[in-house]
Amino acid sequence: MSRYAIGDKVRVRRAYPPGHVRTPSFIRGKQGVVDAIPGAYPNPEELAYGRPGTPAQPLYRVRFEQGEVWADYAGPAADSIVVDIYEHWLDPAGEAS
Amino acid sequence: MSDHTHDHPHPKQPDIEDAPFTRFQVMTEALAELLIEKDVVSADEFRAQLERMDAKSPADGARMVARAWVDPAFKERMLADVNAAAEELGLDAGHIPIRCVENTADVHNVIVCTLCSCYPRLLIGLPPDWYKSRAYRARTVKEPRAVLAEFGTEIADDVEVRVHDSTADLRYMVLPLRPAGTDGMGEADLAALVTRDSMIGVSRAKPAG
Repeated sequence: MSRYAIGDKVRVRRAYPPGHVRTPSFIRGKQGVVDAIPGAYPNPEELAYGRPGTPAQPLYRVRFEQGEVWADYAGPAADSIVVDIYEHWLDPAGEAS
Repeated sequence: MSDHTHDHPHPKQPDIEDAPFTRFQVMTEALAELLIEKDVVSADEFRAQLERMDAKSPADGARMVARAWVDPAFKERMLADVNAAAEELGLDAGHIPIRCVENTADVHNVIVCTLCSCYPRLLIGLPPDWYKSRAYRARTVKEPRAVLAEFGTEIADDVEVRVHDSTADLRYMVLPLRPAGTDGMGEADLAALVTRDSMIGVSRAKPAG
């Protein structure tokens, strides 16, 4: 079961843990909207160290407005970026991480 | 050439072994040797798999795009599940889930992997070197329109540029817009208009004719 639904506003945790992490730095702390939920996958942060990565982590396609990601974004306001983010990296928008 | 004499120096062309042997190369070679030594795979199977991966080209992806252009029901199935749609055409897209994002009159999609170089190799072949470069990976998420312009692709301001950062378990390909003036063209001719770069999203499909 995934915690968030398509259309939910979420914020990426602003965290900097060591190790193999698949959440790009530039998107941490940013707010976006769940665009799709492709499924659940073994946690890559565990897999990278030979562990099973269970339970599988729901994976979200989160869409961000470029103006939210980059304060100095030069393109039109409608431009966006979609990043694949595992559930344990997301908080409901409005909650500080 | 008969008039080529050797009274002049040639710059040294470095051999592969002249580059430093990195830790990751050592680990890769050690792993391959162990797999062969322990009879997990044979040396020939190992070689054949490399040959198979190296032989992949954008042709399979192009075939899928052309089918999607002429068959709306196939397009829906492809947008829902690329791997299953590939199987319908007898193509092997592998076990890693691939998603297809559709360009429309209002949205232009472009693919990048900021963390490494994730790429749907089984459908569109090995990634070009620039796809793996730090400049492409860093700039495409921050100034996609400038990057696209350098590839000769100008996107109008009323079209959304949507960047997809392939960071996790999925791979992405773009379904480019069908070029104007291609009504009535057969699938094979249409597939010839679908380039690798158009499926990454840094360009459009080739124009007809």
